[in-house]
This record gives sequence, C-alpha cells and structure tokens, in this order.
Amino acid sequence: MKATLKVWRGLDAAAGHFETYDVPFEPGQSVLDGLRWIRANHDPSLAIRFSCINANACKECMMELDGETVYACTARLESREMVLEPLHNKKLVRDLVTEIAPPAERFKAT
Amino acid sequence: MREPKAEPMQVETDVLIIGSGGAGMYAAIAAARAGAQVFLADRSLIGRGGATVMAQMTVAVALGAETPDHWSHHLADTIQAGRGLTDERLARLLCEEGPDCIREMDTWGVGWARRDGHITQAFAPGHDRPRCAYVDFLNTGPAVSKTLRTVVNKTIGIHKAGDLLVVDLVRRDGEVTGAVALHLASGAAVTIAAKATIVAAGGLTRLYRRNSASANMGGDGYALALRAGAPLIDMEFVQFFPIGHLAPRLIGMDPIMWDPFRYKLGGRLLNANREEFTERYGTREDGKYVITRDLATYAIIKEVEAGRGSPHGGAFLSFEHCPAAALRAAFGPVIDRLAANDIDLTKMPVEVAPIAHYHMGGVTADARMETEVPGLLVAGEAVGGANGANRLSGNAITEAFVFGRRAGRSAAERAHGRRHGFASTDARGALDLLAADGGRELNTAAMIQALQATMADDVGPFRTEAKLTRALTTIDELTGALRDRPAGDGKPFDMRRIEWLDLRNMLLVARVVARAALMRAESRGAHQREDFPGVLSEWQLNQVARLRGDDVAFASVPIVAEVAAQ
Repeated sequence: MKATLKVWRGLDAAAGHFETYDVPFEPGQSVLDGLRWIRANHDPSLAIRFSCINANACKECMMELDGETVYACTARLESREMVLEPLHNKKLVRDLVTEIAPPAERFKAT
Repeated sequence: MREPKAEPMQVETDVLIIGSGGAGMYAAIAAARAGAQVFLADRSLIGRGGATVMAQMTVAVALGAETPDHWSHHLADTIQAGRGLTDERLARLLCEEGPDCIREMDTWGVGWARRDGHITQAFAPGHDRPRCAYVDFLNTGPAVSKTLRTVVNKTIGIHKAGDLLVVDLVRRDGEVTGAVALHLASGAAVTIAAKATIVAAGGLTRLYRRNSASANMGGDGYALALRAGAPLIDMEFVQFFPIGHLAPRLIGMDPIMWDPFRYKLGGRLLNANREEFTERYGTREDGKYVITRDLATYAIIKEVEAGRGSPHGGAFLSFEHCPAAALRAAFGPVIDRLAANDIDLTKMPVEVAPIAHYHMGGVTADARMETEVPGLLVAGEAVGGANGANRLSGNAITEAFVFGRRAGRSAAERAHGRRHGFASTDARGALDLLAADGGRELNTAAMIQALQATMADDVGPFRTEAKLTRALTTIDELTGALRDRPAGDGKPFDMRRIEWLDLRNMLLVARVVARAALMRAESRGAHQREDFPGVLSEWQLNQVARLRGDDVAFASVPIVAEVAAQ
C-alpha cells in the first residue's frame, strides 16, 4: 500500500513550502514510520522530533495531520494524501519541529 | 570553514547532569538538596526521553512488605544472575539503598500498587521471593518519571535545559571541567563550566534495529566518558529482552509490555506448530514464568533457526487459555488499547522476539559513583559492573534511583568550595567541530539504519568470530564514510548534524562492544559465542576498554568482590 505525505518544510513560518512523498506501508504502521522512511530513503534533512518511537511516552512527535493535532507515533498511515504541518500554535523551529517544551525547561544561558 | 561564528553561549554551574531520566533527575534532586546549583541538560524534553519513562515493568527492592526479606538476599540473587562478573560493591549499594529510595518515591506520591495496606511485591524471574514493586497498569516508568519531574520542579536550585546535546566533555590537567553542547533548537554552540559533571545518559540500545528504549540511547554517555579518558567495563554484555513485541503492528505501547502479563497470567510461548518449546532448551515452564532472559532468548532464536518460528521470525505468545475476565483484571485498560490495534487476546496469540533492552557494561565507577577521571561521575545505566554478565529483572530502575542519588550527593560534595577550572581554550576542539561547514551528501539516517542492521545481525545475542569480524569491517567502513567534519548546515534542528554527532558516538561504542565480544572466547550470561559454548573459569574477569589515540585498547582486570552480607 502507498500513502502520499504532503509535508510542510521550512525554517520561517511565513516562507515555507510543501513537499510530497509517496511512502510504502503495511496496514497498522504509523505516520512517524512514514516520516522516518522518508528520512532514510529520500531526504535526511527533513526535521522531525521523537524519542520513544512507538510507546506514546515521550510526547515529542506532536504535529498537525490534516489540520488536527496528533502524535505521529499513534496516527496511522492511510492510502490517501495526508497533509502534515507543524503545530500552528507553537513557535516554529524547522519543518515539523516546533518549540513544545514548557518555558522553564528550555535552554537559556544563565 | 565558514566565517567564524559568534562566541558560544556560556553557562556556569556547580553540577552539570547530562541526561534527565530516572538517574539524572534523582541526581539533580540529591545534589540540589545538598546545596549545589544544578544544571540538568537533556538532548530531548526534560524527564521524557531515555529509558525510565519507557519502563512499564517492575522495580526490585528488598522491602520485605510482601514476605520477610533483606537486602542481602537481593544481593545474592543479583550476584547469581551476574554469572560471576558482578562488581559486588556496586551491587551491594544497589540492594542496600534500594528500599530507602523506594520509600522516598512513595512519600513523593509515585503510587506503588498496594494490597492490604502494604506495597505489593511481585515475583520476577531470578528472584528468590516476591520483591518487585510496580505501578498499575503498565505505568511504572511513566509514574516514576512524572513523580521525579514534579519533585525536580519543586526543588530550588535546579536549572533545566532541554534540547541540549552534549558533544564533548572539556578537561584541564586530566580533570573534567565542563562540557560543550549543541543547542538543537537554535543550532548554537554552548559551553558549560561545571565543578562536577554526572553522565546519566543511559545505555546503547539504539545501536540495534529493534530495541525497547528511546532513540536517545545511542551510547552517548559511554562515548563522552571514553573520550574524556574514563575506562569502560563489560561492554560485550548487551541484554536482550526475550519477548519484545514483534507482530501485529502495535502502536502507542512499549514493545516490552508483555512481561508483567506473563508474570500474572502465565502466557504460553509457542512455536509455529503451536507447541511449547522452551523445554527443548532445558527449561520447562509448566505455565509459570520462571525462565531467565538469556535462556528464553536462546530458546526463541534456536527455534526460529530450526524453521519453527512464527511468520515474522519470532515465537507466538498466547493468552488464549485465559478467561476474558482474568485478562481484563490483569490488563485493565490495556485491553482497550490492544483492541484499538485489532488485537483480541482471547482469540489470537501475538508474535514476540528478542529485542535489545539494556546494557550491563558501562563506565567504571566506585561506590561514590566517581570515575577514574576527577570531576566526572556517572549514574544509572551509564554505570558498568553492578549487574555483571546479566541483569536481574527489576534492577534497572533501582540502580537509577540509588546511583543517581549517590552521584548527586558526591557531585555536590566535590563542588562545595571548589573554583571553576574551565577554560575556553580547552573547549576549542569541540567548538571547532560545531563550527564546521560539513557536507550535505551523507544520508545520516540511512547510515544509522545500516549500523543498527549490522549490530542486530552480527553483534546480537549469539555471536561468532566470523560475524563479529564482519561487523567490525562494516563499522570501519561507516566510520570512514562519516569522515571528520559534521554533516548538515548548522541551522536550527539540523537532523543531519545531530545524526552525524550521534554516529560519531554510536560507531565508537559499537566498535568497543564488537571488539570486546570478539575477545571473550567463551559464553557467559548475555554474551553467547556459538563458536565457544560454555563458561570458562579463566574468563571470570572484566574487560576494560580505554581510548588510546584514535584506537581502543583493552585490558583484563580481576572482578571486584566484597564480603556480601554482614
């Protein structure tokens, strides 16, 4: 099966663009699986953040799928076009990565 | 080289802690309570990456709440599991101080499961009595992490810094004086001056294709310590968890989730013919869960090799003999999460297979958690030796607490009244690395996958000279391809640069693991050589690795024994 992931890319929230990737998958696989496949097979510069991969423990892979906030590790790939964007209510870092840490847990020079 | 970047951002602290899992957070609390200013750095979010948050299982500790117990019994079991290689000073510390930490966590409101007014303690393989505390359902790690995050937030003197990837430790006259880090969200270089530094960055399970910890655990801590001059011990001993989830695809859950249900319900391990098979390898189960991890791993892999594996290359795990009500009582809401993945345990087995889970090896430390290098301490899974050749179920969270607390106190003592020894000239090498304008052509994500495949296939639980030699060739090739300047553009959240820095650590640590495994010409605990079956008494020693120039040198040292119980 094949999913088409339309992924927002950019370093500036006002000047981004979409790139579209066809991703092979087996039923049950997650959107994060698809994004990791893109990185290993097409473009390692695509920025995503995750650490637990699968367990819904780290809460890092929050993004927007078709305008809804999801965890990419628990959203399933489907054989259709799926639009992935960074969270609009958080400061953009790059591509699908936004500043999601509480302010007191962000680095700042002391 | 591009134009010189702006000066790095600078931080000063008494105690730098690298990694905010269970060990790092416990260390931060202990150091701050002892009066030190603490800088708690994590490459990811604070208290959410690492291994602790993923640990859905149990915590071994001789509370004596369920049946009479004493830490010396826990120590005897830990030493027995370690197959003759356990550092008894460290194991004793773990067992003796474990109860105090568990009670401290209890007062902090972690919510240990209780029965009849006492903390419930469950049986786990390798323990002589019920000794393992937990939080229902499958919630031990998340509850522990949340509790520690709350205490960290309430403790005065802890400065938290997420998205900060430590690149190298900085030394002056042989002492660690701080570190250089990359701030991921901005791409900026940061120097951290510290009077004491604790590496609590966990283990190396990310070196393997299938693993049970987070993507943060790529051996960073071992590589940082090694490059700073500290020796690593027992690096050949990688623990595989026998029944990691394999199929059908299960999302939103930790792959090691099946273990507690085997404890509670006696799930049956079956081969492709739906026959129980562990007795072929010397261990009858009789519906109970008594087989140790190394033996279960061996049985599953051998059954697959014999052509009797499950469709995805593992074994079936079946709870089909259990009534639906018993499943609901044991699994609670997990039953609904399984249903969302189209898994109904009353009607179908799942497939399981061994998965990289924990590293017994690590940085050598004394009972104060100080390494050979002044100013450098370690805590948690980063410490080597406490679990010998095979870790007992339930000891990982206990060591995170105990070693973390001890390291925090020792670091605060060292920092007290000491002046900073950090000089920016000593940080030049690491800062130059971060300032480099690297190539754009490397596919770092694919290189990590290639390394993970090699480690899984050739440096897995069952090893031969041919496989290990082949792995070392692949590691050499990948190291050559990586070259010496980081990939990527150096802008915010530059994944290629992050992965380049990760590969620098992963390839170094992979080389140490494979070389140690190649030298140990026997089979012991988690290290099984198919060309050298059986334990040899002349190998009852620890192998210690040190960096010598760009190469790794090994030496053999006698094990650290100590009179156990008093």
